[in-house]
Amino acid sequence: MASRELEGLYQQVILDHAKEKHGYGLRDAASGTSHQINPTCGDEVTLNVHRGEAGRIASISWEGQGCSISTASASLLADLVDELTADELEQRIGAFRELMQSKGALEGDEELLGDAVALGGVSRYITRIKCAMLPWVALEDALAKG
Amino acid sequence: MTIDLNHPMSSATLEEAEVERIRADFPILSRSVNGHPLVYLDSGATSQKPQSVIDVERAYYEESNAAVHRGAHTLAGEATELFENARATVARFVGAEDDEIVWTSNATEGINLIAYGMSNATAGRGGAAAERFRLGEGDEIVVTELEHHANLVPWQELALRTGATLKVIGLDDDGRIRLDEAAQLIGPRTKVVAFAHVSNVLGAVNPVAELVALAHAHGALVVLDACQSAPHMPLNLHELDVDFAVFSGHKMLGPTGVGVLYGRSELLNALPPFLTGGSMITTVGLTESAFLPAPMRFEAGTQRVSQAIALASAVDYLSAVGMAQINGWEATLGRRLYDGLSAIPGVRVLGPAGAPAGTDGIERVGLASFVVDGVHAHDVGQFLDDRGIAVRVGHHCAQPVHRRFGITATTRASAYLYNTPADVDAAVEAVAEVRSFFRVA
Repeated sequence: MASRELEGLYQQVILDHAKEKHGYGLRDAASGTSHQINPTCGDEVTLNVHRGEAGRIASISWEGQGCSISTASASLLADLVDELTADELEQRIGAFRELMQSKGALEGDEELLGDAVALGGVSRYITRIKCAMLPWVALEDALAKG
Repeated sequence: MTIDLNHPMSSATLEEAEVERIRADFPILSRSVNGHPLVYLDSGATSQKPQSVIDVERAYYEESNAAVHRGAHTLAGEATELFENARATVARFVGAEDDEIVWTSNATEGINLIAYGMSNATAGRGGAAAERFRLGEGDEIVVTELEHHANLVPWQELALRTGATLKVIGLDDDGRIRLDEAAQLIGPRTKVVAFAHVSNVLGAVNPVAELVALAHAHGALVVLDACQSAPHMPLNLHELDVDFAVFSGHKMLGPTGVGVLYGRSELLNALPPFLTGGSMITTVGLTESAFLPAPMRFEAGTQRVSQAIALASAVDYLSAVGMAQINGWEATLGRRLYDGLSAIPGVRVLGPAGAPAGTDGIERVGLASFVVDGVHAHDVGQFLDDRGIAVRVGHHCAQPVHRRFGITATTRASAYLYNTPADVDAAVEAVAEVRSFFRVA
């Protein structure tokens, strides 16, 4: 039997996103792109930012290889992006980083992070925070580039 | 320590009762992790330490701590004697002479020491004696595709600094080093052949004699990465006829911060030093200095004294148990691990299937890296950790060998003398449940 903590880490929504991979498959016409590697395990993600109208981000597309946490994290992030401005996204990246550093103390703001709050359980596992952060760091970098 | 030095085991393995006594010597093995007794199967990354080794390091600081090789007081004498006795103990353990053993911080530093010594020779240091270490365009360094980054990146950098070319011997589909390719690549241009005795990913014992013969036929130097062999099998570096070898203390019951470089005496005395400064000199002028003979010419600055002494204590512990016995016990555990994991649907173990020592097949150590279809190694490791089972996940500092088999990461279980069949069974049972937990089966 898996412990309650492990079930909390691998919630159904995370396992679903790890399989469905929303936003998977890099699309052209990116305004910014970023390639990030987790050197401890070799996991990687390439993420493109696609701008829409009025300075809003229409979507992201991504590809990569990784564990269920980093894959689900990218998929959840793809769902979150929809028509936000770069500033609004940076605020959400900040909120997610704060959640990841909370060692389980925060539940996460669903208004800001949507279903990505399900990744809150990761913050109890210091060895996995980098997995969850990988696509968010890629988005932060890609936004800075354009 | 509970091992009786006067009554060595008769057969080349351990009895379960002996392993239980050994386990009692390792304080950490009695702790629990996530509500379960710790099952430590990550000794390939670092081993646990017996109480005797911990006590020796503590006792050095409590009773004998002083600067070695300087000072005339009693403590300085005691510390120096302990330090040099430790060198002799480690030398005997690997079939070498005392002056062929250089203390380093770790195996990585040992390989860098050779590579930078060769760089310094190439830059003109070391006079005529260092001629064989000089590299340039047209010279070749040969490694294999299964190397740990520590035995790959320093050679890449050496080649880039000197203009030499790095050649890589490939693996067959089972993970064996391709000796046919080795015979083609190793030739008159080859100056160095560097390879692992045992792969830290594939767990197979590599064909040292064949590679040494090929290298020496062309006058090339052999550098052996013994990190995964020195802790696990009887090792005689003179018999293996390698020119240099490295291994780390923390993988063989010793502390972190100490590793060993072995070099044939005449080579060490011809190789220009890597780190320079205090303790490695004879006469220091204002613009130039003369160096001590090996090993001290490679031991600049304050040394890792407590670690070296504790490593010697670890070596004493291993010798008292018996390296042949440890090797036999781990082969049994390794076979159980390989068979158990291979029998799980959706699980694939990397590397050659293996065969017992002395047969025609390839010998395996007690280590298995594997992939679980549809589940990333990090997730496998997390599931096992939830049950107190410690394994390594990732590329194990060997990205090329993972790429060779089309994967980025594996889960690795690695056993040591203190592991039991029950440890192996716990890991195998947990791995068997991984795919259903992650809803892929």
